[in-house]
Amino acid sequence: MRYESPTTIDAAVTLLAGETGKAHVLAGGTDLLVRLRSGFVEPDLIVDLKRIDTLKTITLESDGLRVGAAVPSAELNEHADAVAGWPGVCEAAGLIGSTQVQGRATISGNLCNASPAADSVPAMVAAGAIARIIGPNGTRDVPVEEIATGPGKTSLQKGEIVESILLPKRPAGTADAYLRFIPRTEMDIAVVGVGICLTIDGSGICTAARVSLGAVAAKVIIVESAAKALIGTKVDDAALNALAAACSTAATPIDDKRGTVEFRTDIAGTLAKRAAAIALKRAEKNL
Amino acid sequence: MSQVHVTTKINGDTTEYLCDAEETLLDVLRDRLQMTGSKEGCGTGDCGACTVIMDGRPVCSCLVLGAEAEGRSVETIEGMAKGEELHPLQRHFLNGAALQCGICTPGILVAAKALLAQNANPTETEIRYWLAGNLCRCTGYDKIIRAVQSAAAEMRGESHAA
Repeated sequence: MRYESPTTIDAAVTLLAGETGKAHVLAGGTDLLVRLRSGFVEPDLIVDLKRIDTLKTITLESDGLRVGAAVPSAELNEHADAVAGWPGVCEAAGLIGSTQVQGRATISGNLCNASPAADSVPAMVAAGAIARIIGPNGTRDVPVEEIATGPGKTSLQKGEIVESILLPKRPAGTADAYLRFIPRTEMDIAVVGVGICLTIDGSGICTAARVSLGAVAAKVIIVESAAKALIGTKVDDAALNALAAACSTAATPIDDKRGTVEFRTDIAGTLAKRAAAIALKRAEKNL
Repeated sequence: MSQVHVTTKINGDTTEYLCDAEETLLDVLRDRLQMTGSKEGCGTGDCGACTVIMDGRPVCSCLVLGAEAEGRSVETIEGMAKGEELHPLQRHFLNGAALQCGICTPGILVAAKALLAQNANPTETEIRYWLAGNLCRCTGYDKIIRAVQSAAAEMRGESHAA
């Protein structure tokens, strides 16, 4: 195995595109090193992104906040604009692993690891986040929900790197929230995760919503019927019940040691109601 | 297989080593530099026994490649005491019996040091969350939390050395 730490994104793309064996991108390494050490992956080349300065920054742009692929979760949660503007994304990123993991893990890595239970992904999907991909054929911007195609599988082509994630600017009255269920307080993998972003107008009517579920399907899913249950309502009890029903209907989980199909299906609805209530409270403050 | 040449700072000293590309920083510390204070518990970033501070942030050295340390600054448990003089955290861990078998202790001390560097007066809840990635099978954690609290108080100048 070779280890390379290029200082430009173009050099990183060239290395990945030119490798004839198996190549892996290293961002925080909190998933890749576990797989490497267990022998689950045997790369010929690892390309470390953390020497590329442009990937280490969080930048407020005219259309939103751009989070570089080498920014660890801890840094995201220390960034005042990020926490104020995208609390759901930040709280989701802040739930990944321990303090030690937070100092390394990135939301781009969480996305590209393509775990159906990734905490930051439902939050990013709800936020309408856009991944900027740079590859041998140039740059493309792709909604984050299109990156994972199944457990551990992505739509990225050979040589392509997610170089940053844009959290799009929000209209007034918009806020997000993320909740997950785990069997203990800290340090576990989501049994169910729910990301919700909603917008309310001056009279408290929900005018837009995005709802995303994690750990209840082979990939993180977006639930349009759940968003529709909120839009046009005051996010009252009836709307929340309809939201919960839509989420439970959309959930197609597996049974495993962390939870049964029945439990996950039920919890998807319960968590969605709670996340929507939190997002609503935050949105009211943003009017 | 060609090795990677790394120059880094460990506990303030410029250090050079050669390592394999897939070798972790923990393996480098223990097996190449004979700094065996950092322990390997799980090797998957769950237990925190291998915690070191890299560029100011606590990380699991089992989840860092040795090659990644190039040009960084690494602080390990070996750098915590100043010669014979123990760090207040170390003293309060001893005096408060905040350890039994001791395998988790270096990682917890390093993680706690990083906490107190950014928060001189953490609440019990803050300490418990910060240390959630450091597993201890002996103590039940209470004595660890008390030791961190009393060390923090001493470092703030609120109590005399234990």
